[in-house]
Amino acid sequence: MPDEKIILDYSQPKTLCVRLNGDWLIAAELPRVDPVIAEVSLKDISRITFDISGLKEWDSGLVAFLLHLIRQCQVKPIQVDLEVLPEGVKKLLLLALKVHEKTETVKAEEGSFFTRIADMVLKTIDGVAVLLDFLGETAIAFGRLLRGKVYFRRDDFLFILQRCGADALFLVSLISVLVGIILSFIGANQLKIFGAQIYIADAVGIGMVRAMGAMMTAILMAGRTGASFAAELGLMQDNEEIDALQTLGVSPVEFLVIPRVLALVIMMPLLTIYADLMGILGGFIIGISLLGLNPVEYWQHTQSAVTLSNFWVGLVHSFVFGIIIAIAGCFHGIKCQRSAAAVGEATTKAVVSAIISIVVATAVITFVCQILGV
Amino acid sequence: MEDALNPAICLKDLELSYEDYVVMHSINFVVNKGEIFVVMGQSGCGKSTLLKAMIGLKEPQSGEIFYNGVNFWSQEETAQQKIMRRFGVLYQGGALWSSFTLGENIALPLQLYSKLTAGQIREVVELKLSLVGLSGYAEFYPEHISGGMRKRAALARAIALDPEIIFFDEPSAGLDPVNSRMLDDLILQLRETLGATIVIVSHELASIFAVGDRAAFLDGESKSVLAVGSPKDLLAGSKDPRVVRFLTRAKEQGVSQR
Repeated sequence: MPDEKIILDYSQPKTLCVRLNGDWLIAAELPRVDPVIAEVSLKDISRITFDISGLKEWDSGLVAFLLHLIRQCQVKPIQVDLEVLPEGVKKLLLLALKVHEKTETVKAEEGSFFTRIADMVLKTIDGVAVLLDFLGETAIAFGRLLRGKVYFRRDDFLFILQRCGADALFLVSLISVLVGIILSFIGANQLKIFGAQIYIADAVGIGMVRAMGAMMTAILMAGRTGASFAAELGLMQDNEEIDALQTLGVSPVEFLVIPRVLALVIMMPLLTIYADLMGILGGFIIGISLLGLNPVEYWQHTQSAVTLSNFWVGLVHSFVFGIIIAIAGCFHGIKCQRSAAAVGEATTKAVVSAIISIVVATAVITFVCQILGV
Repeated sequence: MEDALNPAICLKDLELSYEDYVVMHSINFVVNKGEIFVVMGQSGCGKSTLLKAMIGLKEPQSGEIFYNGVNFWSQEETAQQKIMRRFGVLYQGGALWSSFTLGENIALPLQLYSKLTAGQIREVVELKLSLVGLSGYAEFYPEHISGGMRKRAALARAIALDPEIIFFDEPSAGLDPVNSRMLDDLILQLRETLGATIVIVSHELASIFAVGDRAAFLDGESKSVLAVGSPKDLLAGSKDPRVVRFLTRAKEQGVSQR
């Protein structure tokens, strides 16, 4: 045995005497049990004793080593004689051995590569089924809302409306103005080559109204409101508040999800219109102040470029994004597990899935508009 | 199964599981009308899971739960909700809706399922708060009151609709002995005044002996009900050493880690 902390003595028949030397402290490097067990397995041993004459200081490091050794010997079985060990070590070992090792576990066994792939596929199918179930439940709840059969508190709805709308105005203003500025700078560099800087007004106007206003607002709202929906509902799940609603016979989808989806579906188009205006303002500021464009001419170009169809395309974007953000936030919140970590995970999932869905939805709407010639 | 003259709840061969992991099986007992029935057992033995099945939040793997002779899990969802409206549930942490005031928490069930006017609802809210010793706290939010007060407020909400059956999940959890005793007294008073059937999930011996008419002992090892009877009878005459050990807080050689 290479480690000097242990010397294995086989001088007595069928007995192994383990000589423990030096300090056995957790902070120091300690020998592993496995090589000892491997060596013992090769010999005809029925009993293990200890010699602690060389042992100096010890702590849980020694106890953990001995416990592991004893448990391995119990399987063989080999009798372990603890008599000569220090009194403290014996007491700790007896205490630890008094508790049966829990063998039963709820954790699934790790299977082969293909088993794991199959598990992953099954979990994905389950996840999709749960999402479809939630979407179905939400759709039915909306049907009931139209028939005036859904109950939620008006004050809650107004509060959510305020959080989704008025409270987000500052951030929407900031981001939209900056996006307008960025668009006008990018456009200016290219259009200057042809002496057509005035068309910056067209580029910024169409860009903001048709897609960028809605998309930037949506990404902002996914991080802000979608995350807050997920965290709020996740925490309610953790605190059993959703259980309390269910036992009262109140549908959590009707009481919690519908007001949130409704609020965001109402506020997203309004915020988008506001973002469009702010973006155009950003482009206008740069066009007038840095590029020397005529303000009246800029405004006339914007007016002629931004058609009603562009405006409607932008509004459709915002309406779809509102549904996506609210559904992603509420779904991940309501399906959240009961722990602080799960609430964090639900929030992350809500934001990530909303942003991915927003990009996919933009691509789909753009493609459909292309086909329809809008 | 023991004789049940007037069962409010009857559990028959119930098996509960999370996916493939069986939490409990072969659960059989009845809760008679008007009695205080305690479901007791060590931490992690599945008491709260059983409670979830009893209040309609977790469908059992197999078996049946009858309320006044009606098989709950074989009913349509609307019928299940109708039965659930006859329950009051006090959750372990209270589960008060945090964005509502205490008054609003208690008022919600009344707004949903009664024809009372707003003024009448306010009166009932004040009555329920008075019953649990929280008169004048209607405008407080749950975050502004202590843990013991939150439990009592949650109890006021649980009894808002004068339920036939009140379920308590670990009512003493997180409470000091004085508040715990106060809650026990409250439970006894509620039985007297409302005539409700009460089911308590607990491992607090003092509470079990103070309020329990009968009790079922759930065992985590065998995942089944080991004994049903009055706590005092179980203490005096249970043949199963695990029940006696639990009720006497006696130490066991080689206890299982859970």
